[in-house]
Amino acid sequence: MSGWLVVVISGCYLGVLFAVAYWGDRRKDAGRSVISNGTIYALSLAVYATSWTFYGSVGRAADTGAGFLPIYLGPTIMAAFWWFLLRSMIRSSKRHRITSLADLVAHRYGNSAVLGGLVTVIAVIGIVPYIALQLKAVSDTFALLRSGAVTVSHESATTPVLQDTALYVALSLAAFTILFGTRHLDASERHEGMVAAIALESCVKLVAFLAGGLYVTFGIFDGVGDLVNRAASNAETAALFTLQPHTSYQSWFWLIVLSMFAILFLPRQFQVAVVENVDERHLNTAIWLFPLYLLAINLFVLPIAIGGLLVFGRGDVNPDTFVLALPIATDQPLIALTVFVGGLSAATGMVIVETIALATMVSNSLVLPSLLWFERRLSRTPVTSGPAAAGAGLPLASFGYGGDLGRLTLRIRRTTIVGVLLLGYAYFRLAGEGPALVAIGLVSFAAVAQFAPAIIGGLLWRGGTRNGALVGLLAGFAVWTYTLLLPTFARSGWLPESFLVEGPWGVGLLRPEQLFGLHGMDDISHGMFWSMLLNAGCYVVVSMIGRDREPRHFATLRVGTELTGLDGEPAGLSRVSVDELQILLQRFLGTEAAKNVLEDYLRARENPNSPLATSRVADGELVRQVEVLLSGAVGTTSARVMVASVVNENEPLYVDEVMDILDEASQVLAYSRELERKSRELERATAELREANERLQDLDRLKDEFVSSVSHELRTPLTSIRAFSEILRDNLDLPGAEREKFLRIVVDETERLTRLINQVLDMSKLASGTVQWNITDVDLGGVIQDSATACEQLFEQRGAQLTVSVPPCVPAIRADRDRLVQVMLNLLSNAAKFCAPVDGQVSVTLCTEHDDLRVDVTDNGDGIPPTDQERIFERFQQGPRAGNGGDHGTGLGLPISHEIIRHFGGRFWVQSTPRHGATFSFTVPMQPIRAGRKADV
Amino acid sequence: MKSTRVLIVDDEPNIVISLEFLMKQQGYETATAADGRAALSEADRFRPDLVLLDITLPELDGFQVCEQLRAEHGSDMGVIMLTARGREAEVAKGLALGADAYVTKPFSTRDLVDTVHKLLGTPRCSGG
Repeated sequence: MSGWLVVVISGCYLGVLFAVAYWGDRRKDAGRSVISNGTIYALSLAVYATSWTFYGSVGRAADTGAGFLPIYLGPTIMAAFWWFLLRSMIRSSKRHRITSLADLVAHRYGNSAVLGGLVTVIAVIGIVPYIALQLKAVSDTFALLRSGAVTVSHESATTPVLQDTALYVALSLAAFTILFGTRHLDASERHEGMVAAIALESCVKLVAFLAGGLYVTFGIFDGVGDLVNRAASNAETAALFTLQPHTSYQSWFWLIVLSMFAILFLPRQFQVAVVENVDERHLNTAIWLFPLYLLAINLFVLPIAIGGLLVFGRGDVNPDTFVLALPIATDQPLIALTVFVGGLSAATGMVIVETIALATMVSNSLVLPSLLWFERRLSRTPVTSGPAAAGAGLPLASFGYGGDLGRLTLRIRRTTIVGVLLLGYAYFRLAGEGPALVAIGLVSFAAVAQFAPAIIGGLLWRGGTRNGALVGLLAGFAVWTYTLLLPTFARSGWLPESFLVEGPWGVGLLRPEQLFGLHGMDDISHGMFWSMLLNAGCYVVVSMIGRDREPRHFATLRVGTELTGLDGEPAGLSRVSVDELQILLQRFLGTEAAKNVLEDYLRARENPNSPLATSRVADGELVRQVEVLLSGAVGTTSARVMVASVVNENEPLYVDEVMDILDEASQVLAYSRELERKSRELERATAELREANERLQDLDRLKDEFVSSVSHELRTPLTSIRAFSEILRDNLDLPGAEREKFLRIVVDETERLTRLINQVLDMSKLASGTVQWNITDVDLGGVIQDSATACEQLFEQRGAQLTVSVPPCVPAIRADRDRLVQVMLNLLSNAAKFCAPVDGQVSVTLCTEHDDLRVDVTDNGDGIPPTDQERIFERFQQGPRAGNGGDHGTGLGLPISHEIIRHFGGRFWVQSTPRHGATFSFTVPMQPIRAGRKADV
Repeated sequence: MKSTRVLIVDDEPNIVISLEFLMKQQGYETATAADGRAALSEADRFRPDLVLLDITLPELDGFQVCEQLRAEHGSDMGVIMLTARGREAEVAKGLALGADAYVTKPFSTRDLVDTVHKLLGTPRCSGG
């Protein structure tokens, strides 16, 4: 097959990717995102499957049977944990604008720049071999396809660089990545076009691999059954069906653990799973779709491996290339091309996303912080404040970047992308012929697995400290380098073999792959064991030791109801004007965006009508807000440093500044006391209102009861009137005496009814204050005499004696005479009713008491029990039955009298001992009192 | 033939007079009581077939008397409640406590007599 054909086809494919990415970005700018979709999200996660899946899995399967599986079991198992693990990472990353793995670690441990830098370095060192792997895959398969042979002639080591296709692949990938990963600085670091392209790639590689697999299974052989039978009968392949010692349980365990960490901590996985995530609900789709994808793409690994072995045997053909070699060997150029494109797709997908993620980390967590640190070191002079000097005072000004800092960042990233790819190419050139593909891939996995203790520990354990993470990472990385990376160098010939076999300087215990005598494990398990042990061990121990000494830097990454902001407040007086912050923001987000953000913020906090006073001092909240915004663009560490440098953190405090602070504090105190007082008043008012409400409700009830009582009282005489009237009507021949009796009852009850109605009206008028009072000068003595005279007949009837003693000269009082008569008549008639049935005695006396005139009416009846003494003043309540069977009271007499006396400003009460009679008394003030004064009873 | 006995309970003497007249006119034997306690003791002594029972009584009120009567004499004794309060809640309460009928004052003499006839003429069901 012509090499140029392949190149053209590859070029076209990349062109398609380019187009899709461009379209994705355009749609996003138009506001109609194409990737806001759970399926696309899940497919983008499938960037996990690289050319390794295409080629390396088959190779591994050919060696160890099902030994390729653990790499995919891990992510499948992890998908179940994604529910909370990944979700919480997504949430907190969005909240704190975390845009890379390094940022995540740095932020968790108090924005430690050192930690962020270390993570970046480890990531780069660990991933470069993996990138080399992809380049190698593309290069080898290209060579295969072009030559039409099934073996590659290992010429890449000797090809001049400028003729090496791998170089051009690397360069074109760099160009592609730069075009779609670094067009502008997005605060959220999302690249929608790229994600769309990656999703497409996932589809392409799945289809290609399935095509290859189907061809092998059904094209070359006659289906799965055929394959299995043939495999069983072939000695080499039969072995594949048993678990070999190489694939022991231990090995599986570590591989599964490794791949579980990999699916979380590979920079490209973090990028697509967390940073590029649009909506956390997409996770729900990914949880089942992604494992399904893994299943589908692995379906034919074993069949292809078996097929390859059956066809080629364990000979010259590298098992890694079976999936391509088989169609080539059986003269199926179309299938071969499809497979090649699939492999290319897998490789390019990985490289693009990985380099973007690495570039972000390098620029945000390595280069920018270093530049800032250098600047602080070099220019110790305090920064002047004020808008005029703002430009000079801004970070990195001394490096001549008074201009667009955003552009600087982008430049750094582009350089990184090219650099990383060239590094990958270099590694590929230097070491590409060494160990099998799979081995290097796993070594890279183990590198990123070193992040696990720091991140997972950081998420679950509040006690994890920065120093703990630092030491743990360093220890883990060191062990990784020693037990996993160096051996690959040794096998490639850069280090002497004796290093592996006998240990450094002949020290057997320090043999890289049997450290301290631990043998029986394959290299990966061995390396993982030691590195995890030391990493996690140091993390825990150092954290616990240094727990008290380290300041509280904990910024929670866990999702929960509690949210601590960026912690670790700057000590000292921070004073920066809003203008300065605006300029800083402008440098990164652009003029428009910066202005909008600040205006929105300020408007929400101030009077919307007053003009924005941008020259005033920014408060802590705004400073924090700016930090958050910046960290989206440059990482939390750099953002913090930059804002801090603008904010003049290190200015010493002066006395008058201290006084100002104290003033403010005391003002705040006073204000809060005032607030407390107001709130207490409010409580009191509420309580009063509640009481008033209750009283109103009581009155309402009383009113209902009153109406009900009145109705009852009115019906009673009416009953008799009606009953007897009907009897008289229906019994015309009643004897005269009976007729007379009944008619008398009717008349009596009518009178009673009338009295009642009058009294009710009276009572009502008194209570509502609508009574017409006729106030004149009244002689109370005369009133008493007149009332006594009016009751003469009543007393005669009762056989009781009435004694009146009134002094001759009684001062006049201002009152309503008729009403006073009413009161006296009420008291006298009561006395007559309730005095002793035989030899009843009633006496009335009048005297002066202080400023009042006092009247007492005493009878010698049964008295009133104390329990009733209050009750009788209530409406419709009557005292105990006098047993006279005659004149009924209405129960309203006393209440009315009481009301009348009250109106005059006097008191009205009763004294009584049971069986010793009762005395009703009232007072009337001699001085005129304003009507309606509240007097107590 | 043993004559039917009616017990009249009301604290208003005039009403008692009118009721007594009406009952006697129908040929019933009557007894009276003016408060709750007297009502219960009269019921025990007189063993009436029917009680005309006012609600608003001193000592025990009409509801309590009715309850007690039902407890002691079951459904041998008919009970007609008389009251000036005609609210639905009161009616329901009375009927629930075992009254056979409920008459509001002022009543029509003819209606009252009809009700009495109905109660004293019809066989009693248990439970009320």
